[in-house]
Amino acid sequence: MTLKLFAKEQWLTTLEGLKESYKIFVPVRDGDFHTFMPLDEGKKPDFDYPNTRLSPKSLIYPQSERIFEYSLDESAPDAHILKETEKDYSPRAIVGIRPCDAHAFKIVELNFDSPEYKDPWWVQRYESTVLIGLGCNDPVSTCFCTSVGGGPFDEDGLDVILYDLGESYLAKGLTDKGEDFLAKAKGRTKADDASIKRAEELAKSASDKISVNVPVDRLKDKVINELFAASFWEEVAFSCINCGTCTYLCPTCWCFDIQDEVIGKEGDRIKNWDSCMFPLFTLHGSGHNPRDNKFQRVRQRFMHKLKYYVDKYDNGVQCSGCGRCVRYCPVNIDIREVCKLMNSYRSD
Amino acid sequence: MVTYTDEIRKTAKKLLEDKTVDVFIGYKKGTVPMMNEPVLVSDADKADTLYWDSFCGLNLCNYLTKRTDRIGILATGCNSRNIVTHIIENQIKRDQLYIVGIPCTGMIDHRAVLRAVKEREILEVTENGDSFTVKGNDFNETFDKKEYLQANCKTCTHRNPVEYDEVIGTPFEEQEVSEAYRDVEKIKGMASDKKWDFFTQMISNCIRCYACRNACPLCYCPTCFVDESGPQWVGKSIDPTDTMTFHILRAYHCAGRCTDCGACERACPVGIPVRQFTRKLNKDVFDLFKWEAGLSLDERPPLDVYRPDDYNDFIR
Ligand code: SF4
Ligand code: SF4
Ligand code: SF4
Ligand code: SF4
Repeated sequence: MTLKLFAKEQWLTTLEGLKESYKIFVPVRDGDFHTFMPLDEGKKPDFDYPNTRLSPKSLIYPQSERIFEYSLDESAPDAHILKETEKDYSPRAIVGIRPCDAHAFKIVELNFDSPEYKDPWWVQRYESTVLIGLGCNDPVSTCFCTSVGGGPFDEDGLDVILYDLGESYLAKGLTDKGEDFLAKAKGRTKADDASIKRAEELAKSASDKISVNVPVDRLKDKVINELFAASFWEEVAFSCINCGTCTYLCPTCWCFDIQDEVIGKEGDRIKNWDSCMFPLFTLHGSGHNPRDNKFQRVRQRFMHKLKYYVDKYDNGVQCSGCGRCVRYCPVNIDIREVCKLMNSYRSD
Repeated sequence: MVTYTDEIRKTAKKLLEDKTVDVFIGYKKGTVPMMNEPVLVSDADKADTLYWDSFCGLNLCNYLTKRTDRIGILATGCNSRNIVTHIIENQIKRDQLYIVGIPCTGMIDHRAVLRAVKEREILEVTENGDSFTVKGNDFNETFDKKEYLQANCKTCTHRNPVEYDEVIGTPFEEQEVSEAYRDVEKIKGMASDKKWDFFTQMISNCIRCYACRNACPLCYCPTCFVDESGPQWVGKSIDPTDTMTFHILRAYHCAGRCTDCGACERACPVGIPVRQFTRKLNKDVFDLFKWEAGLSLDERPPLDVYRPDDYNDFIR
């Protein structure tokens, strides 16, 4: 475990220097909110940010990704044969990612990289990416990472964690990938004891700033069918407009749909984000829809995150507490409240 | 605002108690600042959860579609016009409704407030008549509500409900608005390629979450054209062509029906000003037919009537 210091005024130069080895993504302000962009797109990085509006999941798992190509030209020798679309898996670094969003990749890894099934595109991109986290000195009021197994300086899923000490960053290498990144970074100096102490204090005071406690401890003991049949779902779902905001902004929502698109005789097979909130998500070819009602779709989202995932993987909930859905749901459906209902539900 | 809340609670309680309605649709106070949640109250004892302030931006008319019970519902000017539109489009029956009208002083634009406090974390917003106070960890600032209204509320000339069974508060004189369509005129003045660039840029952040469509009371089709899968009209990726198709077609479907309630724009998680599409159509419908949606139960909307004196030759 290496501890290094980087002066903030040198930080951009350091990152520029790393461009030889990595494609670097940094938080950039774009209009009213922040988003991750490649360092070379001429926009100034802004590391003094609460979090990005959309989670960085799209950097590993793009909203639309071409996976295969094919030709429908009967005269071509490879007509109708699916060929994998060429991809760039050269090393990338996401610099400034928040701990909850890194934790989120660990949560979805269980789904995309399991012993039985692997999503080769997700796996390769995840493996070729190094995550340089930035601890949160000032968590905001919707953050509840500490309730779901994370924390503002949680290291799980990160390769390096940065402590913002005001004038400098203290960088702590956490994995071989991370150590490698730090070894390549110019302008580093050895961390002195005072800085290390300061970093520890920051982490402590950040955790203390999160006063929200969302209870998840009893979800595991609930009987699935009882929760499924709970009396509160219609009420929880009333205001929902079944949009894709919560699932598309969420770093831990992973559902996708496969579509073929053809122009002339050339076709692409595309993997697109999908959402359990959309009626089309479960529409059968027959016309039957097992989740025809809004409350069924709302129930699915919460049951998946807070019960099915919990039971299937024994790895906590499928939520990293980033608070995006809480903040941006247009009708204020609050997962923290729903979680409380589920955690305390008694069928009698 | 506090007075509205009290009045709303009292009215809803009475309506539920004397069984004038089976359910009452209003808002309850949100769990995050500048956000309230639409709520359905069916028990008179729960009427006290109802709440009102200048962050009731989601159009309640959405929750009426095809309901079969008797419903009490709050309605500001624009919401009441959407309810009228719902009735003339057979999505709900007038006699199922007990409309509680609210003369509306406008909704506050939460994005503008965030900008005003330089995007610092807002912990609480309290209203006091014409002003409101925003509190954070290390700041406390008071603003003039008028300056921070949603764009659609700034130009609204129907703040009083147009159709109701009872009004809370006192209806007031409508505001005079000059150059209500300045934004539309500005785009109209652009050369075609500039217009295209403008709209392309405007929707470039769109993630196709459809919050704008789903927040709109007009978008009640059982299957939206973008969700049609046999045949599939619109691609599902974020290809700009598909995204633009969605926006332009949706806007056309709202022609002569949109009340400029602003729900679509408010709901968008990435702040796309989608009303730029519908407003042009609102203006055209007004210029061509002197029509504003939802003002009367007795008149059919211009796009679903035949008139021998239509200004177009081809239809005569
Ligand atoms: S919970 Fe909120 S964000 Fe999610 S689908 Fe419903 S309205 Fe949209
Ligand atoms: S469910 Fe909500 S709070 Fe949890 S990870 Fe997803 S967006 Fe964040
Ligand atoms: S298009 Fe937008 S402004 Fe017009 S009625 Fe629908 S939600 Fe309201
Ligand atoms: S709400 Fe915004 S992001 Fe979602 S589909 Fe509409 S314009 Fe696009």
